[in-house]
Amino acid sequence: MIDGTDAGSAHRELGLTDAEYSLICEKMGREPNGVELAMFSLLWSEHCAYKHSRKLLRQLPTEGPRVVMGPGENAGAVDIGNGHSIAFKVESHNHPSAVEPFQGAATGVGGILRDVIALGARPIAMLDSLRFGEPDTERTRYLVDGVVRGIGHYGNSMGIPTVGGEIYFEPPYEQNPLVNAMCVGIARTEEMVRAAAAGAGNRVVLFGSLTGRDGIGGASVLASAELDEGDDAKRPTVQIGDPFEESKLLECCQELLADGLLVSLQDLGAAGLTSSAGEMASAGETGIDIDVGLVPLREADMEPFEIMVSESQERMLAVVEPTKVEAVLALCDKWQTASAVIGEVTDNGIFRILKHGATVGEIAVHDLVDGCPLYDLDPEEPVEWIYPNRQTLPNDTDPSEILLSLLAAPSIASKRWAYDQYDSIVGSRTAHRAGATDAAVLNIPESGRAIAVAIDGNGRRVACDPRQGAIEATLECAANLACVGAEPLGVTNCLNFGNPEKPTVAWQLGEAIAGLAAACRALDAPVVGGNVSLYNETPSGPIYPTPVIGMVGELPDAETAGGRPWENEDSIAIIGPFNPSLAGSELEKQRGELGRGLPEVAIDPARKAIELVREAVRAGRVRTATDISDGGIAATLSELAVASGVGVQAELGPFITRVECSAEDALFGEGPGGFILAGSPAELEQLGGRGVPVELIGRVGGGLIEITADDLSVRILVDEARAAHDSLAARIESDQPGLTH
Amino acid sequence: MSVNWGVLQFPGSCDERDALNACLLATGGHGSARLVWHEETDLSGLDAIVVPGGFSYGDYLRAGAIAGLSPVMGAVADFAADGGPVLGICNGFQVLCEAELLPGALLDNTGTRFICRQGDLVVGDAESPFLTGLTAGETVSVPFKHQSGRFFAPPELLAEIEANRQVAFRYAPGQNPNGSLGDIAGVTNEAGNVLGLMPHPEHAVESFTGSTDGLALFRGVAGAIAGSPA
Repeated sequence: MIDGTDAGSAHRELGLTDAEYSLICEKMGREPNGVELAMFSLLWSEHCAYKHSRKLLRQLPTEGPRVVMGPGENAGAVDIGNGHSIAFKVESHNHPSAVEPFQGAATGVGGILRDVIALGARPIAMLDSLRFGEPDTERTRYLVDGVVRGIGHYGNSMGIPTVGGEIYFEPPYEQNPLVNAMCVGIARTEEMVRAAAAGAGNRVVLFGSLTGRDGIGGASVLASAELDEGDDAKRPTVQIGDPFEESKLLECCQELLADGLLVSLQDLGAAGLTSSAGEMASAGETGIDIDVGLVPLREADMEPFEIMVSESQERMLAVVEPTKVEAVLALCDKWQTASAVIGEVTDNGIFRILKHGATVGEIAVHDLVDGCPLYDLDPEEPVEWIYPNRQTLPNDTDPSEILLSLLAAPSIASKRWAYDQYDSIVGSRTAHRAGATDAAVLNIPESGRAIAVAIDGNGRRVACDPRQGAIEATLECAANLACVGAEPLGVTNCLNFGNPEKPTVAWQLGEAIAGLAAACRALDAPVVGGNVSLYNETPSGPIYPTPVIGMVGELPDAETAGGRPWENEDSIAIIGPFNPSLAGSELEKQRGELGRGLPEVAIDPARKAIELVREAVRAGRVRTATDISDGGIAATLSELAVASGVGVQAELGPFITRVECSAEDALFGEGPGGFILAGSPAELEQLGGRGVPVELIGRVGGGLIEITADDLSVRILVDEARAAHDSLAARIESDQPGLTH
Repeated sequence: MSVNWGVLQFPGSCDERDALNACLLATGGHGSARLVWHEETDLSGLDAIVVPGGFSYGDYLRAGAIAGLSPVMGAVADFAADGGPVLGICNGFQVLCEAELLPGALLDNTGTRFICRQGDLVVGDAESPFLTGLTAGETVSVPFKHQSGRFFAPPELLAEIEANRQVAFRYAPGQNPNGSLGDIAGVTNEAGNVLGLMPHPEHAVESFTGSTDGLALFRGVAGAIAGSPA
């Protein structure tokens, strides 16, 4: 662990290689002292330097007419007109949540909120993408419960609505859950602030919580290494969240910005003062002096290195003109948040650490922030399926039983148990809440329009084929937006993978980023920011490669957003180039038959279908629109029947004839490009003839779900489907271990 | 009719802007609404007060306990004693109970978890300026959203509340989300001018949210003020 002394032999324990240490000595012209080494070890960690992923990320499209801020800022932002922008970003807090689920998830929410606050935006929505092991183990139930409570505790207390998200349950996440949180904020475009420090002589003000010993080394010890046995000992590296402090910080920042008192603003996240001050100076091409003797501390006897790398939550760093310092400190007092001038912007390019005026560390900003070597990976395509399979459903199961088993699958079942614990409406913008439609819809009176937000990523399918799986995840996000009538404006992503130094993981990472880049280009959806989370593995192996895609779109009106439940007598159509296959499906998982490979995705036909659905929803020509996702056509129809309380009769014969799939594929197969629409038959038929396949397959009515596919058929009561779909809460709450929160 | 609303703001409040929005919508462009900082003690010029939802002072001691002792609450007590209408929503209800402007207490939900869902309330037979637009027995749809919303009062006090017709709202049959005694969702003081409720009428004032039933409470005050002698 970091001890701040004996720098010569400590670098390996701090996660630096011998070569990296030599490079540091070479750049400095001497050996770093303990303070300097601690700072290097964190900023040169994977979490801060992206040293194994940065070269790959250059493939992603990042520019477009609506982009206001792209990668490199605290969060990305897109223009929504009328002088306003939407800022958004997704970030991981996986390892802290594995070690301490409640605080890990809570501080994950707090951290991503501060990224958006730092841009000068007011957060208006949160979404979460979560991955756990199967809920039949006590550990998983403990993690799920703690993570959901932690997210609720922080977001609810802050008054930021959690409007959507997704939860998947797969064995490879059992020891290493994924907790990805996405924040969306709104700002007046001209009032947005950048993170760059500017103006030699300007003061550096730290405000918010006191600096303590929590989270020391979090970015290197937790975030940039694999999890190991006995990781409970890492609990001290998990920060403790205080949403009350952050709530005051949010309002304080809003007032500081409204009064025009700040030159720049940055949150303190991983690596604390080291990264925030260092990155501010780097972006502004300035130097910076920080006197640790001026930092308000929680514990009096902290060492300089501890102060510089502490990851105490709820802190912000601002650059302020000397004449405005007094006003800034007064506003901090009003919001009962600690504040102090702790340093100054300089013009010498040096990051100098002082203690009561005496220099205790001195590093060239460029060496620290941009000097970390970027590595090429050594990818190798695995020859076989590298994840365990286990069978939970006999191969000869009756189709109706298969359907019930799919609806009850934890990944497909209703997540209402979790969503009910989140405040989804505070802020008075939420038109469609979590779980109600494919994408959340928020009213934006500032622009006179509305936005839709979705987050998606099916790791199992990416494991089968990283390139196709990443394309599918991106298309699914856009499809979800289309179902409420929204058009993509921008993308954020969180790339959760195993150890990139291992060839198969390196291959997964490269393939997935290539797929993501191709899909974003085809959709004209620039990637404006994101996060890479590597080393997600334990002695039992890596997680499924899991790129999580967050997408923000725009629609004309929250009031007329699509996604309403279907009604009696509606006709139903399948729309789009959907070509179902059991490869990578939930059914294949339950049969224990998962293997490598997915059918190749035709991106352009899928994009055409997305556009057609979006236009139909906007024009009010269909009542119901949803994309065909996990569990295939049968599960998707059943979910609509449960949501609206009305059954359905469908005949898939003509569809099977056209796409030439098997009856089982038609019922339960998965894949991109397909939508179920409901409405009047005349309107649905008129959608045909534009190069997008359209098939009327049935009618809504009664209390039964009856679907025939050649020689197979399913026939279950809507109430049976509902019972299966609502079964998750009982599974998670059964036999809960002792809870401390 | 013109109403000048004051919406209290404590550190940690989070529904205050929603309440402000509801006040302005209800007055339809006549009148005003402003935030009242927790350290203010002068409420002159205000016609009605809303104590909004949120987590005042983080609720780290007990929901509403610190806010109940804040400087502004002394002024609110005087305002209420003079007959001024005061509406407490969620944390605001907790604050008004802690400040002893309303009877009873709000305990943790029996399920111990935070709950957030749309639900139905049945209007009680209490008399209050906030209820002038509603009829006893009528059902309104508003969001339920809280962690400590279980209304509790000792048996004698509960009997008194019922006998004095101080129950303003009950959860619709089968929808009690938190174990509240008598399905009670909201109560008034004896005079009726102070009303507290756990569910959130301020989140049900615009049609895109699915319900505008909450507007009636805010409009009710405008009507009551118009009808009262100047």
